[in-house]
Amino acid sequence: MTTDRISGSVLILFALSVIWESRALPFGTFRNPGPGYMPVLLALALLILSLVVVWRGRSAARVGSINSGELSHAVAILGACLFAAIGIERLGYRFTVLVAAGFLLKVVERKSWVLTAALALALAFGTFYVFYTLLRVPLPIGPFGM
Amino acid sequence: MTGRILQSPMVETLQNLYLGFTVALSPAVLLYAFVGCLIGTLVGVLPGVGPLAGISLLLPASFGLDATSAIVLLAGIYYGAMYGGSTTSILMRIPGEAASVMTCIDGYAMTQKGRAGAALALAAVGSYIAGTISIVGLMFLAPPLASFALRFGPPEYFALLLLGLLVLAYMSGGSLPKSLAMAAVGLLFGMIGIDPMTGYFRFHYGLVELGDGIGVVPVAVGLFGLSEILLTAGEATPREVVKPRMRELLPSRQEWKDSVWPIGRGTFLGFLIGIIPGSAHIISSFVSYAVERRLSKHPERFGHGAVEGVAGPESANNSATSGAFVPMLALGVPSGPIPAVMLAAMMVHGISPGPLLIAQQPELFWGFIASMYVGNLVLLILNLPLVGLFVNVLRIPYPLLYPSILVFCVLGVYAVNGSVIDIWIMMIMGALGYLLRKFDFETAPIVLGLVLAPMLEMSFRQSLSMSSGSYVIFVNRPIALIMLAFGLALLLLSLRPLVGDNWRRALGLQGSAGLEEEKNTYPVSQKEGKS
Repeated sequence: MTTDRISGSVLILFALSVIWESRALPFGTFRNPGPGYMPVLLALALLILSLVVVWRGRSAARVGSINSGELSHAVAILGACLFAAIGIERLGYRFTVLVAAGFLLKVVERKSWVLTAALALALAFGTFYVFYTLLRVPLPIGPFGM
Repeated sequence: MTGRILQSPMVETLQNLYLGFTVALSPAVLLYAFVGCLIGTLVGVLPGVGPLAGISLLLPASFGLDATSAIVLLAGIYYGAMYGGSTTSILMRIPGEAASVMTCIDGYAMTQKGRAGAALALAAVGSYIAGTISIVGLMFLAPPLASFALRFGPPEYFALLLLGLLVLAYMSGGSLPKSLAMAAVGLLFGMIGIDPMTGYFRFHYGLVELGDGIGVVPVAVGLFGLSEILLTAGEATPREVVKPRMRELLPSRQEWKDSVWPIGRGTFLGFLIGIIPGSAHIISSFVSYAVERRLSKHPERFGHGAVEGVAGPESANNSATSGAFVPMLALGVPSGPIPAVMLAAMMVHGISPGPLLIAQQPELFWGFIASMYVGNLVLLILNLPLVGLFVNVLRIPYPLLYPSILVFCVLGVYAVNGSVIDIWIMMIMGALGYLLRKFDFETAPIVLGLVLAPMLEMSFRQSLSMSSGSYVIFVNRPIALIMLAFGLALLLLSLRPLVGDNWRRALGLQGSAGLEEEKNTYPVSQKEGKS
């Protein structure tokens, strides 16, 4: 299986799902389009283009040839983002950044405790000071006062 | 006779400019121009933090300033980011902001060939020349160009936006169907939110935060900033960041020669595109790259370190910055998300941009114009001699740098609206961008599609309302017809190799001899296509 055939197939599914979801929107008419008209039109265009990608995909690279050496790092970084999304308003900006940066530096990158603590603290409190205190950008403060 | 000369528009403009310089060169305004340019350059250098996020972040900080200083500060961030974005594009292949995407291609290739200094110098000088010339254009051509843009009705806007997307797909160099598919995905993302014509809430899934649609900032930061971190973080051998020395900053005579016309064309194209609503600074760099590639006698050099691929787009995106101010200042109509934020900032300070602005607040208008000249000079000073200083930010080991960039991504995305949804969007777009780049898809058309989608749909539906549902309106109006014809020609030209070369093979109709012949030629065409 080639990369283009897999990606094209995923895009076909996405286009079909948009058409399916657009059922709930008033389509209007050909002369008087409603809110559902353009999404369906675009999804149909995407469907055709995705079919072309699949059709022409025979000569693309094989899926097995993709280098995925960084996958574990990528998952860890997305995990840190996930934690930030969940925690920033519940735990506060500084605590969330401290934990997320600490996790990336200590657990993922295996840096020393001193370096991890120094950088994570600098990031959490430094950015908060600059943006919240100096520039008055509203950032959430959690239950720990952080 | 003398009286007539004194009252001529040229003399009047120069008198007004003198007034502007008395404002721009006052210590306070000069300081804010410098601070804005410095922050803007840093914003541009830092991957994932673009001018929109930078301006949005500093908007609350400008509330305590007087109107002129505040606008000068925010404008400094805008065009500073245009300059700074080239640094990471050239040295790390990470666009500091979306307008620098095209600079990545040949800028980074020049770095790999040991010409990083020359690429940075050409980008800075090109940006300076384009920035300065385009301000002259802004001064002298704003009224007639604005009145030309006023002739654009919904059919013209629709044709223009469609043409912009086709140009983007045509020049991307990769697979046309894949680029167009990405543009369609971006346009579909742009459909999320409240339909401006009927008030219908589309694809919201219970999230009221999606009422205004998906923000450009989280999508751009996710697709360009986060996906780059995901792809790079685990590399066994960290990417080397070149620190060019002062003597290496001087381009060779041939490089100067090759850059003169691309800078000129980029300035002209950038300014014109900047006036037209849309993501002008992004489109202008894409169009400039496409034009240079098409005009080049050796298009195969593009993607492998062609100086024209750096000088043209960098000049164009800076020129577009000035062009984008024309409709905003003269008509009060923002031409993109960044001018929209600037417009909001002006209104907070009690200024109503529009035709009366120049007459009622000449100090502000001409002070702003003059500060752009000053800002361009400040940026040239910042970008050339201090490039080593900015590069030091990039010399931090990547395992230490990327957590910092990630924090800025989260902070920048969250601070724009104070919404957690934006962090989720950034995360999803980061993962999507990672996968798309693994599967050899262009991600820039998604951002462009997202930005243009509301305007495209609105102009399409307004056109049909105007014509009582007749699609003939798109070909009845000369400007729209020309743009659509040009787009169609572009599409047909792009489809020619797709149909001409591959349909027999795709259908399995080609004989073994033909297959053998193609086996020998295909890798070459594939490689050229990728450049």
